[in-house]
Amino acid sequence: MPEPQDTSCSGGIGVYVCHCGTNIAGTVDVNVLTDYAAGLPGVTIARNYKYACSTPGQELIKRDIRELNLTRVVVAACSPCLHEKTFRNVTAEGGLNPYYFHMVNLREHASWVHTDKKAATEKAKDLVRAAVRRVRLHRPLERKRVSIDPNVLIVGGGIAGIHAALTLANAGKHVYLVERDATIGGHMAMFDKTFPTLDCAACILTPKMTAVKSHPNITLWTLSEVTQVDGYVGNYKVTVKRKPRYVLEDACVGCMECIEACVYKQAKVPDQFNMYLGKRKPIYIPFPQAVPQVVVIDRETCIEFKSGKCKKTCVEVCGDRKAIDFQQQEKAEIIEVGTIILATGFFTFNAKRIPYYGYGTYPSVYTALEVERLVNAAGPTGGEIVLRDGRRPKTVGVVHCVGSRDENTNRYCSRVCCMYSLKLAHLIKEKTGAEVFNFYIDMRTPGKGFEEFYNRVAEEGTIFIRGRVADVYPNPAGDGRLMVVAEDTLMSTVRRIPVDMVVLATGLEPQPDAQEVRRRFHLSCSSEGFFLERHPKLAPVSTFTDGIFLAGCCQGPKDIPDTVAQAGAAAAEALALIDIGYVEQEPYTAKILEDVCSGCKTCIPLCPYQAISFSDDQKKAAINEVLCKGCGTCVASCPSGSIEQNLFEDEEIFEEIEGLLADA
Amino acid sequence: MPDANLNSSQAVAYVGEQPTFEPRIVAFFCNWCTYLAADLAGTSRMKYAPNMRVVRVMCSGRVDPQFVLDAFAHGADGVLIGGCHPGDCHYQEGNYKALRRFRLLKRMLGQMGIEEARLRLEWISASEAEKFRWVMNDMAEQVRALGPLRLLPAKEVFPEEVAV
Amino acid sequence: MTAEKPKVAFYWCASCGGCEETVVDLAEAFLDIVAAVDIVFWPVALDSKRKDVEAIADGAILATFLNGAIRTTEQEEMACLLRRKSKLLLAFGSCSHLGGIPGLANLFDRESILDSVYCESPSTVNAEGVLPVLRHKANGHTVELPGFYRTVRTLSQVVDVDYYVPGCPPTPRVLRTALLTLLSGELPPKGTVLAPDHALCEECPRKDGKPENLSIGQFKRPYEVLIDEEKCLLAQGLLCMGPATRGGCEAPCVQGNMPCTGCCGPTSRVRDQGAKILSSLASLLESKEEPEIDHALATIPDPVGTFYRYSLPSSLLRQGKSHSSSNVGPAK
Repeated sequence: MPEPQDTSCSGGIGVYVCHCGTNIAGTVDVNVLTDYAAGLPGVTIARNYKYACSTPGQELIKRDIRELNLTRVVVAACSPCLHEKTFRNVTAEGGLNPYYFHMVNLREHASWVHTDKKAATEKAKDLVRAAVRRVRLHRPLERKRVSIDPNVLIVGGGIAGIHAALTLANAGKHVYLVERDATIGGHMAMFDKTFPTLDCAACILTPKMTAVKSHPNITLWTLSEVTQVDGYVGNYKVTVKRKPRYVLEDACVGCMECIEACVYKQAKVPDQFNMYLGKRKPIYIPFPQAVPQVVVIDRETCIEFKSGKCKKTCVEVCGDRKAIDFQQQEKAEIIEVGTIILATGFFTFNAKRIPYYGYGTYPSVYTALEVERLVNAAGPTGGEIVLRDGRRPKTVGVVHCVGSRDENTNRYCSRVCCMYSLKLAHLIKEKTGAEVFNFYIDMRTPGKGFEEFYNRVAEEGTIFIRGRVADVYPNPAGDGRLMVVAEDTLMSTVRRIPVDMVVLATGLEPQPDAQEVRRRFHLSCSSEGFFLERHPKLAPVSTFTDGIFLAGCCQGPKDIPDTVAQAGAAAAEALALIDIGYVEQEPYTAKILEDVCSGCKTCIPLCPYQAISFSDDQKKAAINEVLCKGCGTCVASCPSGSIEQNLFEDEEIFEEIEGLLADA
Repeated sequence: MPDANLNSSQAVAYVGEQPTFEPRIVAFFCNWCTYLAADLAGTSRMKYAPNMRVVRVMCSGRVDPQFVLDAFAHGADGVLIGGCHPGDCHYQEGNYKALRRFRLLKRMLGQMGIEEARLRLEWISASEAEKFRWVMNDMAEQVRALGPLRLLPAKEVFPEEVAV
Repeated sequence: MTAEKPKVAFYWCASCGGCEETVVDLAEAFLDIVAAVDIVFWPVALDSKRKDVEAIADGAILATFLNGAIRTTEQEEMACLLRRKSKLLLAFGSCSHLGGIPGLANLFDRESILDSVYCESPSTVNAEGVLPVLRHKANGHTVELPGFYRTVRTLSQVVDVDYYVPGCPPTPRVLRTALLTLLSGELPPKGTVLAPDHALCEECPRKDGKPENLSIGQFKRPYEVLIDEEKCLLAQGLLCMGPATRGGCEAPCVQGNMPCTGCCGPTSRVRDQGAKILSSLASLLESKEEPEIDHALATIPDPVGTFYRYSLPSSLLRQGKSHSSSNVGPAK
């Protein structure tokens, strides 16, 4: 027998058409629509109102529910993604179950996208009619509560991850900070000075890094990567792959005598931290202030790993600390957390993609990050600006917008390059007295002190040429310099300026494995590949996956102050969830109609959350409501119609379809 | 059992004096990708043909082939299913199920003489408002060219003068 | 004066006669039936005529079991007549319940059917292309034929139906249960299908061994497999309609080592049996890429014929859309 729809109502529907100012009313004829709605079967009252979501709008609905004994509410307004929750609350406050409500999208899907007013109004009528027919069949539903594990996982140990970790740890929450490199610090640790104050990056960063290491509430795992994320908000089970350092963290005291003692007398391996401009040994520490202050062995270049026949002077000199362990294995750890913050950062644009700038072809062309290392006192050239051929530059060209604002590569602006180009111009000038030319398109200096910094750099004598660099090639005069060609648009002439050194202000891109990572965490990406925030204006740190938040450049290019602010925001949102202790989930779950399930087992393998199991004693399927996420796939697949989905029952959807198509 | 409508009262638009056929297309959009793309097209004030009527579901995997057939049976000239790109389903794999059902349904409808362009599946992610707009216009155009679906009604009055 | 026995009638429309066989297959139980009721109309067995039915008072027949789909005007007239004369009208068998195998004619238009039968078929000699006509005068007489509708319809698409007895044909047990139910006086709600409302898998002898993680790589035709007599047929790659088909028949086809073909129609919670079996089978496919999916699906040679073998006229679309332009307006 068909399940009796004893909750279907025969009357008592209230329909509210919102003008949304002129956003809807300007295109859809709200009066015609309201009159039409009033005539639909089952409708007790139909009204239109300027702003249904406003307090008086909400009060109007509540009053009608009480005074007119309404049994269902339909609001035709903006997108349910915006205000469905609002009006469900209104329905509940009026005394009805909040799911006796249905929303019609007249704004995003009609008034804002059609110019033909007649067609838009006809469409609106169809949508309202469908909603009125559907809502009659709605049943009362209860939101379910899911508890939140207080532990937090932060992925990425750059400034964003560090700041979020400290904020949460200081609030008393336990944090797992997982970083895939051997040290935390991220890109900021590579910078020399930060704009506009010219603070030493390491000086402001390292205290935070040490605080992370010593904080009792932070478990720091470096050389570690998340490989699998299961579960849902409040109850994530995450698998972390911990790669071997071949050095025992607890035993190593950071004396670095092993590096000194290594059989390699000279450093021979190009080191990543110095952008491959410097060299290190197979046993090394990424940089002196690395956290953890523990050495790491690179198995690709270490003789012991390659041949098994090394003297192992490192082990000898380590003595009874016995911190070196060539047998260390990779291991997988599984942690349970309630919330996750992704702070995986950015990757710099590969300048080789713009071949006419000569990066990789001409040795005197550098990227900005390489120059940061040159300029840094702990860098490969001891803070001196020395070119690959040993010369010191007398003229330098800084090329803005490399891989940004460019139809051929990335259309977006990377936001930080103007400022860091000014910074590098200043630092280069300060160190070398060279003549510096900045080739720019626009000067983007919006932050506090940024415009003032621009003026300062200009006053110091840096020459600004407004024009996109067209070409970089060896100076035909044969003096070893490079010719930079750009149209100076302010003077309407093409300039050809020979320089000793070209610095490319490369833009910010998502990490190369961003797609893989975001799939692992069940997130979406924007079209550029950065992780997608829930709303660009009002929800910049949360994502569409409850319990997972974003901080820093993984969400989009930004500078350090904005990164820190966002990291704090992400930590706050995670804290909000943890402190409340639970989250309410929509009741869109599926349920097996036990009386009539035939035990055909079709549904069992279909659930990605393993929410459906086969009961051996009942010989029927059973759904675990806690695990069900409400996608409805099993419902559509059941060949005998024996699974129902709350709020998306077959009959409700059929009514909606037929309502859309029924002739007016 | 539902009775198929004779599609005599199709939505019509008037161009001058001539009524032109405007197709009615029912669209099933998943909440997390395509529905949001449609919203984004709205907030970006993109303009497109008004032929689509959207039914919101949580996942394209919820789209039962019965819904598609019910839409055709009740007067839809076209049906569109919108979901997340393969690999990006908010619920992991619902869109793969939708894809498999769609391929078989399309083949079967082909056997039944229902033209290809009437049933369409598109993967549109939340940020692809431009693609969304293009699909709206393109599908309306294609179905318009095919004309109304015109299934026969269950009720048939037997005309006396007919031979057989 | 003996109490009047309740009157019962049987009639057949576009069908094969198999449902009549079921009545005969009641075997000894049939004698009990005959003793309990008065069969007033049964063209296959008794010499009763239409005028005999017309002579009966309206509503005087307790129950008419009508099998066969409705394609001609005569069938429709008889259905309407028997409806008027019967307290209860039962759609007996797949054809009247769902349209049955004759229902597959809805994939073609009337013109091509008539052409195929009267002109094109290899053994027909009909050089002038003579087709049946409604009226023909010859030798001073006028001969009439029933009209041939453009589509096949189920009984409920023509008249109000009280109950359905499913199956092609219904098993004797299902028929006996239906008769006993009627005679008991405790009638279920109008419109009920007189068989359990769960899928066949519930009663299938192979249910316990069916794997929980079925994943379909490709389908096989029965002749391609040495069919194991114990294992679930779907698990052996055969296209079994069981999961989407109402039970009550006790799975005679499966017990005969052949997959279910879906003759009892869907459960009451399903509007379109073909759509549901399509959905469940497709959902269980292994492949994720379109070309592999299509390749796997190509092993189903005839989706519409397989999924709607008995149920096309009762399905949501009811029919194929003919390419003939004569779908609009009367035939040529």
